Amino acid sequence: MLFEQLLFFVAGLGALAGALGVVLIRNPFYSVLSLVVHLISLALLFLLLRAEFIAAAQVVVYAGAVMVLYVFVVAYVGGSDEPLGPEGGALGRIGPLFAGALFLELAIAVVGSSLSALDSTGPDVPASFGSPGEIGRLLLTKFLVPFEAASFLLLVAAVGAVVLARKRRGLEDPDDGVPTLSVADVLRQEGAR
Amino acid sequence: MSATGYGWLVLAFPLAGMLLLALGWRLWPGRAAGWIGSAAILGSFAASLGMLFELLDRAEDSRSLVGSAYTYADTAGFRADMSILVDPLSVFMCLVVSGVSFLIHVYSVAYMSSDQGYVRFFAYLNYFVFSMLLLVLAANFVLLIVGWAFVGAASYLLISFWYRRATATAAGSKAFVINVIGDVGLVVGTFLLFDGTGALDYAGVFEEAGHAFGRNDAQLVAACVMLLVGAFAKSAQVPLHTWLPDAMEGPTPVSALIHAATMVTAGVYLIARMHPLFELAPAAADVGAVVGTVTLLIAATIALTATDLKRVIAYSTMSQIGYMILGVSVAAYGAGLFHLMTHAFFKALLFMGAGSVIAAMGGVQSLDKMGGFRRAMPFTFATFTIGALALAGFPLMSGFFSKDEILAFTLHRGGGYVVLAVAGYVAAGLTAFYAFRMVFRVFFGEPVPEARELEQGHLHHGEHANPATGEKEDTEVGFPGPEHHVAEQAWPMKAAMAPLALLAIVAGALGIPGVTDTLEHFLEPTFEESRFLETHPSESSEWLGLALGGAISLLGIAVAALVYLRRPGTAPRLRERFSAVHTFLSNKWYFDELFDVVFVRPMAAFGRFGRSMIESVFVQGVLVGGTVGVVRAGTSLARAIQTGELRAYAFLLVSGLGGLVLYFLIVSI
Amino acid sequence: MDITWFVVLSALIFAIGAAGVLTRRSPLVVLLCLELMLNAGNLALLSFSRMLGNQDGQIFALIVMVVAACEVVIGLGIIVAMYRRRLPIDVDQMNELRG
Repeated sequence: MLFEQLLFFVAGLGALAGALGVVLIRNPFYSVLSLVVHLISLALLFLLLRAEFIAAAQVVVYAGAVMVLYVFVVAYVGGSDEPLGPEGGALGRIGPLFAGALFLELAIAVVGSSLSALDSTGPDVPASFGSPGEIGRLLLTKFLVPFEAASFLLLVAAVGAVVLARKRRGLEDPDDGVPTLSVADVLRQEGAR
Repeated sequence: MSATGYGWLVLAFPLAGMLLLALGWRLWPGRAAGWIGSAAILGSFAASLGMLFELLDRAEDSRSLVGSAYTYADTAGFRADMSILVDPLSVFMCLVVSGVSFLIHVYSVAYMSSDQGYVRFFAYLNYFVFSMLLLVLAANFVLLIVGWAFVGAASYLLISFWYRRATATAAGSKAFVINVIGDVGLVVGTFLLFDGTGALDYAGVFEEAGHAFGRNDAQLVAACVMLLVGAFAKSAQVPLHTWLPDAMEGPTPVSALIHAATMVTAGVYLIARMHPLFELAPAAADVGAVVGTVTLLIAATIALTATDLKRVIAYSTMSQIGYMILGVSVAAYGAGLFHLMTHAFFKALLFMGAGSVIAAMGGVQSLDKMGGFRRAMPFTFATFTIGALALAGFPLMSGFFSKDEILAFTLHRGGGYVVLAVAGYVAAGLTAFYAFRMVFRVFFGEPVPEARELEQGHLHHGEHANPATGEKEDTEVGFPGPEHHVAEQAWPMKAAMAPLALLAIVAGALGIPGVTDTLEHFLEPTFEESRFLETHPSESSEWLGLALGGAISLLGIAVAALVYLRRPGTAPRLRERFSAVHTFLSNKWYFDELFDVVFVRPMAAFGRFGRSMIESVFVQGVLVGGTVGVVRAGTSLARAIQTGELRAYAFLLVSGLGGLVLYFLIVSI
Repeated sequence: MDITWFVVLSALIFAIGAAGVLTRRSPLVVLLCLELMLNAGNLALLSFSRMLGNQDGQIFALIVMVVAACEVVIGLGIIVAMYRRRLPIDVDQMNELRG
């Protein structure tokens, strides 16, 4: 028990720190790294909740693949510092107030709810709870249609990303073009020498 | 093949012909389209013969067959099939329609051959015949209404065939509008019948009508009068007749088709078909009889003074249809339909002859400018005279037997019907007079230059102009073609007119009193439940009627000969003497003017009022302006929210979520 | 540990993410904050799944991850395209959808 509580506080503090880092750090690159910390801490919390497969997916897919994508884009776009100060006028200034109010409401809702099960660690579950095998069985039986829909969504997103990031002719400045060097050019130069 | 199978073939041939012509209009060279159209109608006629023989093979009490292609609609208390009824009446109508139409098609092959819209013309003709056949073969009111409306549409297309002629398009519109009045009457009548009987097929309606309605039940009489309105509009009976003379704007074969085979006979057919209802509602039948009589008198008097050759024939059609309506309304079904058939023959013949004369005149239609064509056009003269003799009811011609049978039957009904019969005899005398007025003025007397030219072998070519207004025209599509054709020089026209002339002479043999009653006997199964089946004038009184009719006819012809041959100056003198009457008649009893005052002007005034008050103040100001204002205000509000700032949207989202949670918190307390 | 702790933690992370979305100006960071909010949701889902002893919530979380991945791909694609066309990468200047 003690170990679990210890783990929860460590991981919870890590997740909170990561989240705050994402919001507060001015350099986007560090924000991304902070999010990685947050995600790994969350994966630990998932483990505490007996969700082994989700935790593994969180680390591998989220903290791994997706964050790498972020890092690439930050590097490409150039992670210039931005002023934290709100420029969006009054809305940006009272934004945190709204978020705080939202948290208060949610906290009151959770604590004040009459769900007695919330104050327990949950029922005893078999050892296979949340294992890859169980999740896979559910995905291919009970949740086959959402599973297929999700795969289709991924396909659409992939195609959309390709279309978005593609170089478009005619939209860019004509003198912006990077000078291209074909294999034939190289060969000719070789021959000239 | 079964009789109903032939029935479907009767419909399929003209439909196929129409589609073939309409869809392949570029493909057909020369006169091919004309022959295709004619072949389609010939096929239809052959299939009609097939139906006839199939029916003759059957016992007399089982000669009514219904063939259903599929169920068009079947819902609670309502059932409409795509079905045709093959019984002696419909077979008879199919034979007359397809037979006469075929000859008219053949005539048109030559007559229209220089017109730029040749293929279109035959596609329309086939469509017209298809519509009419659908009308007569329908086994329920739904299909009847479809055919009815198709016929109206086809007549519009054909009357306005020369669509660049303003007068032709106006005449087509007029015909269409008046026909739609008839359509409305037919539909309303059908609703009333359906309301009472709950059926739409003829058999069901006739059977239920006996239980649902008493004799002269108000609703049944109303329904029958509504059906009569439909019949009057199609058959050009007073007061819905004004479209028929104007329909002369169409090409002459179209006039022949409308007057002889299709269209105007539809009303007669309708009354004959609905005879069980009219016998249950004698009041409505009397309306039909009176209107028929009034029409035949009025039309005959107008025909006396009309100077346009085709219009004289048109008014004679109105008059003859009046006889038929009178006949079927007084339950002389066999006689009425007999007259329908003989009239189809001689009227088609008269129009063909008139077409030939008009062609010789280079498009001019006025009787005042014609004369002396006897030697120039011997064939046309002979056939036209035969037609006129049949129309006049000259003894032993076809019209003699059929018309006088109607009148003899009407006399036999006694009572008030005697008045109708007397009016019929008076009009018969007028008919003989105006029929021979045409013959004498066109073919006798001093030959006009056109006739002389034709005697030399040259066909007169006048200027291309509208015969009604004298406007100049070219000969491109939408106007008549450059060439005219007379029967003497075009064999298809001769080939069409010769059989009709023969039939106009001998068709009366189908119904000589006491000798033959082939037609009446054939039609009997359709009318077997009629109360008047056994009511029949005795043979001697029929012969008496025939003798009277013949005498009147001879008298009319003799007077015409006196006025126009012996003393050519008589006519103008008479005109001066009775100038008031003449003006009244030549203005067609002022029906057009009456309609103008009663309907057109009030409607136009109401329209102007609506335009200035309702449209501009209420609709434009309140409805349109108000709607625009509301929409504008709403959109400007929506635009204020759409700032385009991402942060604002996110803020709205978060505050919305916060509000939602707050709501649930408050609710849960 | 009681489930309450997990749920309250998830609410806290969610609020932090929301605050970030409302205050940050770089669309990249806004996307990161969205990730935060989605993950907070995931945490709540898994908590309730544990509370009920039912694995359906875990499937839900998986689907949320899929949606998050798609969102990231499209969002980053848009940012790259904007960069290519030399548009300002600033949330406050993207207001072409003004009504």
